[in-house]
Amino acid sequence: MTLFYALIALGSLALVFGLILGFAAIRFRVESNPIVEQIDTILPQTQCGQCGYPGCRPYAEAIANGDEINKCPPGGEATMKKLAGLMGVDEKPLAGGEQAEPVKTVAYIREDECIGCTKCIQACPVDAILGATRQMHTVLIDECTGCDLCVEPCPVDCIDMLPVTETKQNWKWQLNAIPVTQID
Amino acid sequence: MDKLLEQIQKGTVWQFPGGVHPPQQKSLSNGANIARLPLPNKLVVALKQHIGANGKLLVEKGQRILKGQALTEPVANWSVPVHAPSSGIITEIAPKPSAHPSALPELSIVIEPDGKDEWCTLNPVSEPKSLSHQELIDIIHQAGISGMGGAGFPTYVKADTKQSIDFFIINAVECEPYITADDTLMREHAAEIIQGIELMQQLLNPTLCIVGIEDNKPEAIATMTKAAEHNNKIIVQTVPTVYPSGGEKQLIKLLTNREVPSMGIPADIGVLMHNTGTLYAVQQAVYEGKPLIERVVTVTGNTIHKPGNVWALLGTEIKHLLDCQGFSPVPQQRVVMGGPMMGFTLPTVRIGVIKTTNCILAPDHTELAEPGPEKACIRCSACADACPASLLPQQLQWFAKSKEYDKLQEHNLFDCIECGACAYVCPSEIPLVQYYRVAKAEIKEQQADKIKADRAKERFDARKERLDREQEERQNRHKRKPVAKSADEKQKVAEALARVKNKPDNGNEKSAVAAAIARAKAKKQQGEELEPDNSEVAKERALRKEQARKYKEQKSQTDESTETAPVDDKKSAVAAAIARAKAKKAAKAKKAAKALEDAEPTTSEAPQTDAPVDDRKAAVAAAIARAKAKKAAKALEEAEQTVSEEPQSDEPVDDKKAAVAAAIARAKAKKAAKALEDTETPSVPDNTDNSSSSIDADVPQSSDDKKKAAVAAAIARAKAKKLQKEGNDQS
Amino acid sequence: MKLTMASSPHNHSHKSVTRLMLIVIAACIPGLVAQVVFFGTGVLIQLVLALVAVTVFEAAIMLMRKRPVWPALSDGSAWLTAVLLALSIPPLAPWWVIIIGCLFSIVIVKQLYGGLGFNLFNPAMAAYVLLLVSFPVQMTSWLPVSDLLNNAIGFTDQLRLIFTDFTSIGYSLDQVRAGIDGVTMATPLDTIKTDVGHGLTVTESMQKNVFNEWAGLGWMWVNLGFLAGGLYLLKEKVINWHIPVSFIASLAVCSAIGYIAAPGTEPGTVFHLLSGATMMGAFFIATDPVSAATTNKGRLIYGALIGLLVYLIRTFGGFPDAVAFAVLLLNIAVPLIDYYTQPRTYGHGAVK
Repeated sequence: MTLFYALIALGSLALVFGLILGFAAIRFRVESNPIVEQIDTILPQTQCGQCGYPGCRPYAEAIANGDEINKCPPGGEATMKKLAGLMGVDEKPLAGGEQAEPVKTVAYIREDECIGCTKCIQACPVDAILGATRQMHTVLIDECTGCDLCVEPCPVDCIDMLPVTETKQNWKWQLNAIPVTQID
Repeated sequence: MDKLLEQIQKGTVWQFPGGVHPPQQKSLSNGANIARLPLPNKLVVALKQHIGANGKLLVEKGQRILKGQALTEPVANWSVPVHAPSSGIITEIAPKPSAHPSALPELSIVIEPDGKDEWCTLNPVSEPKSLSHQELIDIIHQAGISGMGGAGFPTYVKADTKQSIDFFIINAVECEPYITADDTLMREHAAEIIQGIELMQQLLNPTLCIVGIEDNKPEAIATMTKAAEHNNKIIVQTVPTVYPSGGEKQLIKLLTNREVPSMGIPADIGVLMHNTGTLYAVQQAVYEGKPLIERVVTVTGNTIHKPGNVWALLGTEIKHLLDCQGFSPVPQQRVVMGGPMMGFTLPTVRIGVIKTTNCILAPDHTELAEPGPEKACIRCSACADACPASLLPQQLQWFAKSKEYDKLQEHNLFDCIECGACAYVCPSEIPLVQYYRVAKAEIKEQQADKIKADRAKERFDARKERLDREQEERQNRHKRKPVAKSADEKQKVAEALARVKNKPDNGNEKSAVAAAIARAKAKKQQGEELEPDNSEVAKERALRKEQARKYKEQKSQTDESTETAPVDDKKSAVAAAIARAKAKKAAKAKKAAKALEDAEPTTSEAPQTDAPVDDRKAAVAAAIARAKAKKAAKALEEAEQTVSEEPQSDEPVDDKKAAVAAAIARAKAKKAAKALEDTETPSVPDNTDNSSSSIDADVPQSSDDKKKAAVAAAIARAKAKKLQKEGNDQS
Repeated sequence: MKLTMASSPHNHSHKSVTRLMLIVIAACIPGLVAQVVFFGTGVLIQLVLALVAVTVFEAAIMLMRKRPVWPALSDGSAWLTAVLLALSIPPLAPWWVIIIGCLFSIVIVKQLYGGLGFNLFNPAMAAYVLLLVSFPVQMTSWLPVSDLLNNAIGFTDQLRLIFTDFTSIGYSLDQVRAGIDGVTMATPLDTIKTDVGHGLTVTESMQKNVFNEWAGLGWMWVNLGFLAGGLYLLKEKVINWHIPVSFIASLAVCSAIGYIAAPGTEPGTVFHLLSGATMMGAFFIATDPVSAATTNKGRLIYGALIGLLVYLIRTFGGFPDAVAFAVLLLNIAVPLIDYYTQPRTYGHGAVK
């Protein structure tokens, strides 16, 4: 008899708590999926597609759905770590053995070689290349994300990815990297 | 405010937290008068010596310039000109290592002085009271004056502030050890400095001018007090010797008990500050008309034989200063521009003096020991006790090491003035300031990246939207076009149906396809004798058309076509063949269009008649266009094939073999059409339109030799690229 | 000759961690001398043992962590830990007590947390508490001042006691500790606690011969010795005034209140300040930079709370002295204190 009392007591307790939990799950459910937004803000927005998705937002959605966090070469290790922190997963080395701290680049079109085919314009995900058919093209350096996407389509290989030039404004105090001279 | 003024006038000096007392070492250099140096044989004048933009170059290589002549003129906001420090020839205009911690090259003008030191025409103003506000500002601007204490902020911008100024503070504190440039300048030119202050009074009309001098400069205090006696709005205030009391924010706290809000400027709290050197330069610019071309520089340190202050022309190489004062370097010599607390080491002595260069310090290792190895932080918070901004340097250090940039900003990293007091007292010799500077640079970069990423995202989204819109428009056009050209299509359908009906009627007749092939073969075989063939075809067509007309009871159209067909030469046959092939394709694709039969075909033959009007090149060009389209559609391997075909199809332009080429092209076009985008496939007239439009574009190209050369070059590069790619794949 | 690049500032105050540690060790000397004078040379034996032990342990663990040994040893923090531990434990405690203490403080409390600067707790006090709860008998067997000993023991006997538990003539530590009247002597704090527990008034208890007019015999001088050392530290600016002042003030206020509230059972302010480890705690233990609060306001709170805890544990707790417990408890609270006592940065907040 005592056994039954115990079972009934525990069972009803389980029922009550279950109801409470169930109610809470519905009542306090977090609407929408802001995680995608959060991931998207972490991604570097180069829209380069190196992750295999057409742009940063699709990759953010993929991560939210459980894709790997290490597929963003332009973001480098920093982005991967932030994603790991956000998603609560382990950090892992970048896919494809990319550099931890990618060198930032911008596209540069050698204008005397450009034939004006507009293929790079079509390839640019952020419309950072100006030009028209049979007119040479040029890159808006400030808008270029360094995504590389324009390099491949160019039929005459006149696009170079040049590292962003170091200025006094973006210099990072690498004192040891300054070449010193003899006192002369 | 009144109470504050009263307190200040009574001589009250407040306090700021923290501060350190490094050994002064000022007596090394403040004994003698400011020396004049022999003219150097080379001057390297950097275009940018201040905060703000470069001026626009006014001179060129090889030009002779006079002393004081402007080398640049101000353009954008905050740009300040530079002037020739001596007369001579410009030998070079090129980037040279700059007087900046990074020593990154900065566009500089190299002048070889001719030794004459010949002034340009100067316009001194003897009665500056008569000058308007704007005239005075312009003089200061054109004289190239920027803050000479450290940051190098353009003076004209500060002097032209719109905010009302209660206190104009003259920073004569010079709290950095070793430096005595301002000290000696005040001793020798107190009157001029006071005149400079009065000019500023004229501009700013402050309630009170306060000259702040550290109590370790009694002589300067005495001369300045004496020189300011006549003006009761200028008071000389003595502040205790504590580093960094010469920091702008610290001195404001000391003299007025006000605090510059974080991320704000002194003008926000009604305070403006200038360095004594700057005021001297202002006085010189106005009363003498001389632009800023020289300044006092302290050359000191134990490795200097004759430590002291010198008048250095801007652009004088550091090497010249060191050589003139005698210099015997020690191993691992450091040459510091600025003082021992905030100065930066130079990687080369071939750097020109700039407007903010107040000291060249060449210490040996006994006076300023080399930094020892960094040890673990013991959390002693000596740094926090020393920090004049009441930061927690130790916490900042942990966060900087672990790159927690959010925390760094939370702990007000950007209020750090990088005075170095924390690193000075740190028993573990942690290079704290270096950590902060790197972290600040990183944070700034991240912020810039963030802005850039946001913009990239915006642009990406905008582009996507645009593409979607275009896609939609294209689809709309296609939807609309069939409506507009439905008559054409109906006609095609009708034709096709007619042919189909024709077949059972004329049992001997081959199908339209067979006929077309046969015609093509015949053309090839008979060569020039195509005319009879053509007329036969034309008759055939006429027949079919008539039947169609009968069937459809629409005479006018068929009449038109029967009329035009015979008139045209053999080319029309080619075009007709094309048209038929296309019609067949269209018929296949649009069986469903039968329903449209009843509609009136009005201008069905328009494209057909259009095409024949063009000469043979039209077909060839169409072929080229399609070949190109194919090239785009296919992978790189086929590029070569296409390339080899292009000249083939180019050559027979005048040849009779055009038809053959056209046939090949058609076959290819058919194949390509499958792979091509929707835009190219949907309707026959569309295609003809496209080809004719590309004819217009292509024909001139092929005729133009230059263009041909460019194309050839492009092809060559494409081939080279392919080869390289193969090579890469192999390796 | 090549130029050298360096980050500013190019000057340094020439203060170093090693120098700071050595100054603190030097400041312990007055207290140490007082202990030797009143409680015999046993403390010196313990000191030598401890110094050797920490050196060995520190070197060993640095080797195991594959880090350079000398930089860690030469910062002097291990030696300071050894000195503080040796001064804290009973002078004639068996040799293995201090060895275990050194092992625990260096290896577990300091190095396992990442070495100097990363330890949450004061190594010496953590080790002291470990020893106290693990070996209560050995850790409370303090000798009374030499004057009160029935049979004074010499240096060799002390050595024998530490290493073999018996003197040359076979006395155990307990027998040695027996006073003139044949009763085992306890520390003054212990005596008061026990006596009050037995219903005696403080005044009655203070009649006993372990006390003088003010506080415990000998103990008063040891505390004054540490006070002198502490003042020297203040003068040398090795420590800030905030922690010792707030600690002492807090303890003084608490004991004064207690004395006024219950004069019969409370020994009073002077007794509290000059007994046990008060002065050593105030100037040498609580001020340990690594484990103490780092903001000035935080330091005041930290010191005051230690003072309060010391008083509460001494009065109401089970142990006669409480400095070690109080310091450890407040060590835990340091991050919290620091977080809430950040100073106002220039240009923030109350700007006029």
